[in-house]
Amino acid sequence: MATATTYGARAHARAQEGSRTEAMPVVPAGAWPAPPCEAGHLVWAETVAAGNYTHKVLARGTELRLTDLRGDACAHLLLYAADRPWERLNVADTVKVQWNAYLGEGQLLLSDQGRVLASLVADTSGRHDTLCGTSTLVRNTQRYGDGTPQSASPAGRELFKLAAAKNGLEPRDLPPSLSFFQGVEVRDDGSLDFTGSAGPGGSVTLRAEQDVTVLLANVPHPADPRTEYVSTPLEVLAWRAAATAPGDPLWEATPEGRRAFLNTAEFLAARGIA
Amino acid sequence: MKTVVPARAAWSAVVRTGETLTVTDLHGNQAVDFLVYDAHDTTVRYSAPDTIHAQGNLFLTTGSVLMSNEHTPLMTVVADEVGRHDTVGGACSKESNTLRYGHHTWSQHACVDNFLAEGAKYGLGKRDLVSNINWYMNVPVEKDGTLGIVDGISAPGLTLTLRAECDVLVLVSNCPQINNPCNGFEPTAVEMTIEASGATG
Repeated sequence: MATATTYGARAHARAQEGSRTEAMPVVPAGAWPAPPCEAGHLVWAETVAAGNYTHKVLARGTELRLTDLRGDACAHLLLYAADRPWERLNVADTVKVQWNAYLGEGQLLLSDQGRVLASLVADTSGRHDTLCGTSTLVRNTQRYGDGTPQSASPAGRELFKLAAAKNGLEPRDLPPSLSFFQGVEVRDDGSLDFTGSAGPGGSVTLRAEQDVTVLLANVPHPADPRTEYVSTPLEVLAWRAAATAPGDPLWEATPEGRRAFLNTAEFLAARGIA
Repeated sequence: MKTVVPARAAWSAVVRTGETLTVTDLHGNQAVDFLVYDAHDTTVRYSAPDTIHAQGNLFLTTGSVLMSNEHTPLMTVVADEVGRHDTVGGACSKESNTLRYGHHTWSQHACVDNFLAEGAKYGLGKRDLVSNINWYMNVPVEKDGTLGIVDGISAPGLTLTLRAECDVLVLVSNCPQINNPCNGFEPTAVEMTIEASGATG
């Protein structure tokens, strides 16, 4: 197709519509084949490329399923209260308040305001991490030769900076993150064992308990001992569902969690939201 | 320069490259919540995950390097008479206290308030608070991932010394928590000593 003229260039660009690649957002999400929810409820359907990032604002009650398609995805996650980003994921409170260093079904992702941002409602992987955060430009440059976003070995923090910027946030808004699908275990002396992945097909499902801004970077775990940069695509699906309500077993699972849900409900009621 | 930081109080200082900061646990088992920033660019600040990942261990002691969020060294632990300090538990806050103990604790003073008040003197705000170090606090992790703040292993007069690897701003909250063993349920004073490079005290 001739692109020497404006008409040819326009026709050439428009002819790309409908192209498919392995890693891309599907818009509208309802066009995703075989959605895991009622027809019409899917709101986000995307495959995030290895070494790439994505972001979205999700309404309270949305369920978000992350799937490690081929066994070498690592989903680095940050959460913020949508439109109030000064309330954000606090990894220290998340592990301290719940008396547990590991993530799994039933854990809550807590904000610094004593409230629930999201709950972890399903987990078929069990290999996650709250301790090592994400990778950096300095470290990836040492390990892989480069860590810039456009390189073959982007660092998670560099991708988070871009995702944050697109939501009006700056590097100082990036607190410690957590990661799914590549795990770490703590020995008695405080040293860490990298457990790696549970294999292809593992998934976790989060439920948004407030309106949240989600930042996701799919890059190798910083403690991954392999010398090469190994990363594979991450599937992201989200659908309309219901937030956790009083009487739900999750609401009552622990005293700390119950008070976190109560604080969240109180906050939403005062704002006239729920 | 020696300063006694009273029980429950905040403190801050700029420590220049090569200078050392010695923290003395005057009465024993006093958690000292600690944040450190590049003094010339406070967007570069202590990162618990980078520090944990860089040394492959949750506990800090002699030789541990406090890494920034850009994976650069901020300070190094050059001497430690205790052997174990916490990187995981973060600061107490009025908000997290409502989850950990109950809403009756809301009126109590907490570390996040100390950090906000002290940080404001340097233009730092809530966005600038990240997971901090707790010197002298003992947080073991069990096989199943269970972790918690338990009785300390420090004692009156024990010290640790940090060397600044660049000009750093240090914020301290001398933890006011009275609901867990981090302070033996009774906050006490600590002492901060800044010395020039090569000084022997």
